[in-house]
Amino acid sequence: MPKMISAKFILEHKTNGSNDFKLDVEFDVSSKGIIAIFGSSGCGKTSLLRAIAGLEKNATGRFSLNKKVWQDNGTNLPTYKRSIGYVFQEASLFEHLTAYGNLNYATKRVKNLSRLDDHETYFQQIIDLMQIEDLLPKYPAQLSGGERQRVAIARALLIRPDLLLMDEPLAALDTARKHEIIPFLLRIRNEFDVPIIYVSHSVDEIIKLADHIIMLKDGKITDQGDVATTLSKHQYIGEEQNQTGAVLNATISKHDKMWHLISAEFDGRLLWLSDNQEKIGQKVRVKIMAKDVSLSVGQNHQETSILNHFRAKICAITTDTHPSMKLVKLKIGDSVLFARISAKSTNILNLELGMSVWAHIKSASILS
Amino acid sequence: MIFSDADLNAIWLTLKLATMVTFLLLLIGTPIAWWLSQTRSWLKAPLSAIFALPLILPPTVIGFYLLIAFAPEGPVGHLTSFFGLDSLVFSFWGLVFASCIYSMPFVVQPLQNAFETMGNRPLEVAASLRATPIDQFLSVVLPLCRSGFFTATILGFAHTVGEFGVVLMIGGNIEGETRVVSVQIYDHVEALEYSQAHYLSAAMLLFAFIILLSLYIFQNKKTSFGVRL
Amino acid sequence: MLQKSKLISICLGLYIVWCIPSATLAEKINIAVASNFAAAIKQLIEKFEKTSTHKIQVSFGSSGKLYAQINHGAPFHIFFSGDQTKPSLLAKNGLAIKSTQFTYALGQLVLWRAGNPSDNKPVNRKTLTSIKFNHLAIASPKFAPYGIAAMQVLKTLNITQKTTKKLVLGENINQTYHFVASGAAQYGLVAMSQMYKINPASYWEVDEDLYQPIKQDVILLQKAKKSKAALAFLKFIQHEDNLKLIEAFGYQSNLDKAPLVD
Repeated sequence: MPKMISAKFILEHKTNGSNDFKLDVEFDVSSKGIIAIFGSSGCGKTSLLRAIAGLEKNATGRFSLNKKVWQDNGTNLPTYKRSIGYVFQEASLFEHLTAYGNLNYATKRVKNLSRLDDHETYFQQIIDLMQIEDLLPKYPAQLSGGERQRVAIARALLIRPDLLLMDEPLAALDTARKHEIIPFLLRIRNEFDVPIIYVSHSVDEIIKLADHIIMLKDGKITDQGDVATTLSKHQYIGEEQNQTGAVLNATISKHDKMWHLISAEFDGRLLWLSDNQEKIGQKVRVKIMAKDVSLSVGQNHQETSILNHFRAKICAITTDTHPSMKLVKLKIGDSVLFARISAKSTNILNLELGMSVWAHIKSASILS
Repeated sequence: MIFSDADLNAIWLTLKLATMVTFLLLLIGTPIAWWLSQTRSWLKAPLSAIFALPLILPPTVIGFYLLIAFAPEGPVGHLTSFFGLDSLVFSFWGLVFASCIYSMPFVVQPLQNAFETMGNRPLEVAASLRATPIDQFLSVVLPLCRSGFFTATILGFAHTVGEFGVVLMIGGNIEGETRVVSVQIYDHVEALEYSQAHYLSAAMLLFAFIILLSLYIFQNKKTSFGVRL
Repeated sequence: MLQKSKLISICLGLYIVWCIPSATLAEKINIAVASNFAAAIKQLIEKFEKTSTHKIQVSFGSSGKLYAQINHGAPFHIFFSGDQTKPSLLAKNGLAIKSTQFTYALGQLVLWRAGNPSDNKPVNRKTLTSIKFNHLAIASPKFAPYGIAAMQVLKTLNITQKTTKKLVLGENINQTYHFVASGAAQYGLVAMSQMYKINPASYWEVDEDLYQPIKQDVILLQKAKKSKAALAFLKFIQHEDNLKLIEAFGYQSNLDKAPLVD
């Protein structure tokens, strides 16, 4: 029996009248690596994380981690008895303590649980990992957002949790800071044997970090599974506007030394990309933005500067964020792709559901 | 010495009373303020109103009811005699009891404000770091809400020192037992001992000014100041 | 335009009509009265206003407070004090007219126990000397006339020492009354004037030889020197019938009248 996280939660929020919210989820996942909970704001992902932590007093259901029951009929451990580390969205350091004081707050309490003789080394390992040695004597008010979040993550690790919960730990940071933290998160995944449940609405983060994804919408799980497989089935909205796109699971199959290209193979088709020293046989995730896909219906599709063309079938046409634009969902074999084209073109080309078209892919990027 | 023995007695008694009341109110008021800051119960509004009543009620109303309640035939009187305690009326402990009631909002409101300003997040963080509820209170709430506690202490103390109407009505003006400074000043005025009244009044004025000054200096240092009046 | 000026002239006319009698005949005066005399003065004023066009507004308070107010310019015409000292002091300070000072009432002290008189032992001198009570309410002996008299009673009975710890002090005789009425203090030395609705079995009229008479004086204040209404009211008080009325309220009346001159 592998180590599992097994959860079922029902939680109702009564918000004065109109938009009552109900979270109703059930899932079992292997308790390793990073499990992403993904959804737009208001889908209930934070509520789910809080329920796992025991912070939602009204959440009913059950939760067990590696057969240890935290919540079930008759059992409901308070938060301070659940072996979690929690990283909140905004850096939630205690303002009255220095960074060191904040870390010490955690170590003091874990020490009370059991005398740990490897404490010094563990402490130093985390300080080194998060690179916060220099920050220790400072108060939270003297730290930048990224620095605070690093200290908060270190603090959550120092409590030696069996499960690390992260609620959009990067959401409050600017793009540069995000890039600063992501490598730390990857190192935690690789160097610590602790499963992480990671809540986010950012596909980029999830593609970079997560192994497993649980997709939430209106309080219900719409899909879950391996990140690329699951994401490639769905249209997703990126962090910035016009960032709708899709992810393909592919394998590097050929090098073209002359033109410095490589081919990524998916569903038996080849996608040519710039050669960045990827190895043959390497599994990659390829992100293709909807704005980088154009469509044509004629036969002379080869006479363009665009390198990658695929025969595709239209399976949905929806209005995009702006009325001038349409989002066309395409199927290439079993893979899904999106094209963002003008409404006028849709009309000129007489695009309809089920029609066969050429999809021209202007650019694509390898994520991992 | 500008103060007579009776004046000094009154000053000492006042300080003793205010210290005792402040201590008790911090003890009682903290859980009340905590509950009020956390609850979503429908009882919050009516209970908040009850605890805030002394802000609005004339001291004579409180004094009048307390006198009736404390009397041997009154509800509190019955209770004290049932437990074999001395009657609260015309006694130091009666004043302590009464002062706790009328100074309650001055302690509860700054605390409640401080707790509400702090919010739940620090507690959730502490809980996620294995702090038990008592641990959370001592290691997070107390230090984070220290300005609220400071304000509550100062206001509770100062208001107890300053109260007059209730004390006059239920104290019985007994030297060393219930004759606090405000009553002593009143006595001086009534007895046409105006210079004595001046000395004590000036002392009270100075005291009140220093208290408020320290409060405002502290308030300038800390952004969150707890009084909601 | 025409209508407006008409309206103004009518208003003016009404004003003049309303002003003339009030200026010449009726006057409104304010009097300050020691609180123990509250019940009696209300009846006296009611009676006075029936036969006079003058109006009287009354403020109650302890003699000390009223004295302080008058000292600081309170707009009173007459001061009914609870003692003799304060009117004398005002006269000495030039704030009142010495020649108008007279004793309008002699206060009497009673020992009173609140509650149902039938299920208790009678109230008498022994009640006081046996000291079987927790609290004895008296008015403040520092300044209240009834308090001073109460202390004299205790001293004459030789129980000052034994009762010291049992005394609770009301700021005036009305508060002392309330201490007893509320049941907070079992006994009180209060004013006979407060007993007019009380069952006689529940109080004892303290023997007059136990304390100095509580002389309550009234005085015309300097500001009201020329007030016809004030003078009229003082004369009214001195009338035999009205002194009888005062007696009915639990005072002894004093015939030591001041010669009031118009």
